[in-house]
This record gives sequence, structure tokens and C-alpha cells, in this order.
Amino acid sequence: MKKRTLGLLAYFIILAVPIYWMINTSLKTDNEILKQLTFWPKDPTLKNYIEIFTSSIWRNSFFNSIVYVCLNVLITLVAAVPGAYAFSRWKFRGDHHLFFWLLTNRMAPAAVFMVPFTELYYTMHIYDTHWAVALAHCLFNIPLAIWILEGFMAGIPREIDETAFIDGYSFGRFFRKVFFPLIAPGIGVAAFLCFTFSWIELILAKALTVTEAKPVVVTLTVGIGAEGVRWGLLAAAGVLTMVPGAIVVYFVRNYLAKGFALGRV
Amino acid sequence: MKNRAWLFLVPALVLMAISAFIPLMTVINYSLHYIFAGSAPTFVGFENYAEVLQDPAFQGALVRQLVFSSLVLLVEVPLGVMVALAMPKRGPWVAVCLVLLGIPLLIPFNVVGIIARLFTQASIGVIPALCELVGYNFNVALDPIDASLTVFLIDVWHWTPLVVLLCYAGLQAIPDAYYQAAQIDGASTWQTFRYVTLPKLRPVLIIGVLLRFMDSFKIYAEPLLLTGGGPGSSTTFLSLHVARKAESYELGYAGASSIIYLFIVIVLSFIFFQLMSNIGKGEQK
Repeated sequence: MKKRTLGLLAYFIILAVPIYWMINTSLKTDNEILKQLTFWPKDPTLKNYIEIFTSSIWRNSFFNSIVYVCLNVLITLVAAVPGAYAFSRWKFRGDHHLFFWLLTNRMAPAAVFMVPFTELYYTMHIYDTHWAVALAHCLFNIPLAIWILEGFMAGIPREIDETAFIDGYSFGRFFRKVFFPLIAPGIGVAAFLCFTFSWIELILAKALTVTEAKPVVVTLTVGIGAEGVRWGLLAAAGVLTMVPGAIVVYFVRNYLAKGFALGRV
Repeated sequence: MKNRAWLFLVPALVLMAISAFIPLMTVINYSLHYIFAGSAPTFVGFENYAEVLQDPAFQGALVRQLVFSSLVLLVEVPLGVMVALAMPKRGPWVAVCLVLLGIPLLIPFNVVGIIARLFTQASIGVIPALCELVGYNFNVALDPIDASLTVFLIDVWHWTPLVVLLCYAGLQAIPDAYYQAAQIDGASTWQTFRYVTLPKLRPVLIIGVLLRFMDSFKIYAEPLLLTGGGPGSSTTFLSLHVARKAESYELGYAGASSIIYLFIVIVLSFIFFQLMSNIGKGEQK
């Protein structure tokens, strides 16, 4: 037992090292980063963070990311919850094939889909808007959400639905009052994973935005590869990209624990 | 009732049609044409496919990709299961562990690439400095093995937590009664794991293996930021190779290579899915 805990502790320490290093770098001056290797900032400064907060490019790109990620989670859940319900409750012709087909979309190479997506969204007049990225990320997130939610819903006995209908609940009322609270942890887990994948996706977000909806992942790559990378600034921006997600994790932590515990996933 | 099922699927299917079916058809269309920026596309049938399959650059990227994805699965899945088994089952530490595991997953791919570069940069990075202590000259920009190893290690760092989270969920779903029964039967720790935990973990493991396989096949930003796919082409995986072609508007080639790519991922995923489903079935009888 003791050995296990030690191993777990070692794993978490290794997990934390790169994050610590990023925070450490973000608090250093560019001069210190380039001059020597130091394990903690000798002369801690918030300069990098101040630069980000006072720059409208950085502020806007953080805002853009948050907007399209939230839109995506919302669209995904609205489409995936009824979809998953259909897969978990009814057998219909081709349901297995449809389920596997949905999954295959998660394998789609984003690198190549970016050109057709660009053309498609131009035609739909939503290129370089939050909607373009939010819709494009549905390609990966809807299959994932349906997959996860189906597992949760299959774990809830069908008798619960039947009893509710016998008691005279309408479908809408049954869903709100009975079913939704039961699968809430599952929705929490699905929302968390969709948030994650949309937040960190780079290829499509980069291809579908120019200026109006440019997300933080794209702003981050500017200046890399050129001479004199501003490590401190990049590290600070990197730390800040973790913040919205960390807030989400904090709020859904109980759901996450319960959700992961309940679900067949 | 059957029609009702389709009604519920309408929103998902409409969205998938827009974001999956139309682009896929477009890509297939590209793959059958010769397209170069500005000129009108000409129909060439399967010529692009032949060109891709004979291209040593594509073959190289494919082999590297297959080796990379196999290593990812071989390391991340067992490690994930081990960490999940060591995690506390209940109590206040559960939430702490889950939040800690969630954080790496929230770091964008390119930030992970930046971290990797920060760690491996000559003269400012930790890893070259540590390697120097033991007399090894670590250089991602010149040594293909160092670069590949770095990309591999950061992927393990970034994505093992996902496997842990999935396995932890699976473990939590196993009723205690199974373990009690195993204990009464006098099963050893290994036997309990082999005959109780592992079979019960199967559905979750299938998802974990498939997700890691699919996503590792799409690795793009990390090698791009670390060394731009180099040194040479040692970290140019499939996505990077295809994206370069698409970015230089060689859409016929890019289209054909992505259809081949998609075909390989679907076939391999299907094989994994079948194999893992069947292994379990034999045991439960």
C-alpha cells in the first residue's frame, strides 16, 4: 500500500514539473531566462502578465477562445444528449453502423479538412467568426459526447423511463425532472472533455480565423521560430491558457468524481 | 418508436452532415483531381493515390507514425491503468487527484510544444543541462533520436492522465462484491487483477485505446513547434506531412494522402475494437 502511494506521488510530481517550469519561466525576465538556468525566479516580475493584460490582441484572443469553446460545448450537448438517448433506448436499423460511423469522424485528419472547411464556411458567410470554429469542432466533439453519454444513459435502468410515463409525465417533463438530474454527472464529464478538446485544438482554429475570431492558441504561435523568442511572455500566456479550464475543473470537480465513478464511460 | 429514434438523432446528424460529410466529399473530390493554385482542376482518376503511395516522404511519415502510435499505446495504457489502480478510492484526495490529472489535458497542443522547446533548448533548457552532468550531449535540433524521444515523452506526459481518468471511472464502477468474492476464493493480487479487474475494465479500456490511437495519429503541433518536424524528417508524422502539402495548395496530393490516412486509421481502429471485444468475450464464458 505504502509503495503504491509513493509511486502515485512520484507520478504526480513528474506531472507537475512542466507546469511548475512554465510558471517559473513566466515570472522571470527575458534576460534571466537567456542568461542562465535558475530553478526559481531570482528577481520575480509580473511584467509578462502585465504585458498580456494590457495588449488588446491578447485580451481579444482569450475572449475569442472562450466564446467559441462555450458555443461549441452548448451546440454539442444540444445535439448529443438526444442522440445518445436514441442510441441508449432504442434499437433501430443500422444503429451499430451509425454509431461506428460517428466514431470514425473523430479520426478525421484535421490537417486536410481545413481546406474544405474554409471553403464551406466562406459559402455560409461565417468564415472568421466564432461560429465557424464552434461548428468545426463539433466534428470531434459530437461523436465523443454521444459516446460518453450513451454509456451513462445505458447505465440507467429503462424502468425509470417507463414508470415516469405510466405516472403520466410528458416526455419533456420526464426529461427535466427525472432523467436530467440522473445523467447530470455524465453531462458534466462530457462537457469537460468537449471543453478540453475545443480549447486546445489548433489546426482548424488557425485555418478558420484571420483577425475577428483569432483564438489564443493561434496568437501563441506568433513569434515562434523567429529570432529571439520571448520565452517569458509565451510562458505567461501558456499559464493563462490553463486558467479558464482550471476554473471549469474546479466547478465540476464533484461532478467529475461522481461522473467518472458512475459512468461506464 | 423506431421513427422516434431517428427524430432524436436529427440535430446530431444534421451537424455531422455539415461538419463531416460535406468536407469528406470535398476531400474525395480533390483526391481525384490535379489541382494547383490558380489553375483549373483536371480529373486524373487515381493518379494522386499512386503518387502518394510511391512517395518515399509519405512512406517514411507513415512508418514513423505507426511506430510512434504503437509506442504511445504500449506505454500510456499500462501506465494509465497502474496510476488509476494506485489512486485513492474515496475521500478528499480523490477530487485533488482528479483536478491534478485534468490540468495537463487543458494545455493546448502548441503550449505543450512550447514547454517542450523550453525544456530542450540548448543553453537555457533543463534537459540538456541534466544530460551534460552525465556527459551526454543532448541536442533536439541535431539528433533525430533526441527529438523523437522528446516528442514521445511529452505525449506520454500530456495524455496518460486521460487514460488514468477513464480507467479510474471504470474501476469505480466495479462493485466491491467482486473483490470480496475474489478474496474469499483466495485469489492473489495478480489473479484478482487478471480475472476481476481487467475484464471489468474492458469497455473503458477499449475507449481509452481507441481515443489514444486516433489522437496520437493526429499529432501535429508538438513536433512542429519543437523542431519543425526535424532534424531531417525524423519527427515529421503523417499530419505534418499532409498539412504541408495542403498549405502549399497541392490539394490533389493532400486529398489522396488524407483519404489513405483516414482509411488506415479506420481499419486499424476497427481491428483494435474487434480484437479487444473478442478477447473479453472468451473469458466471460
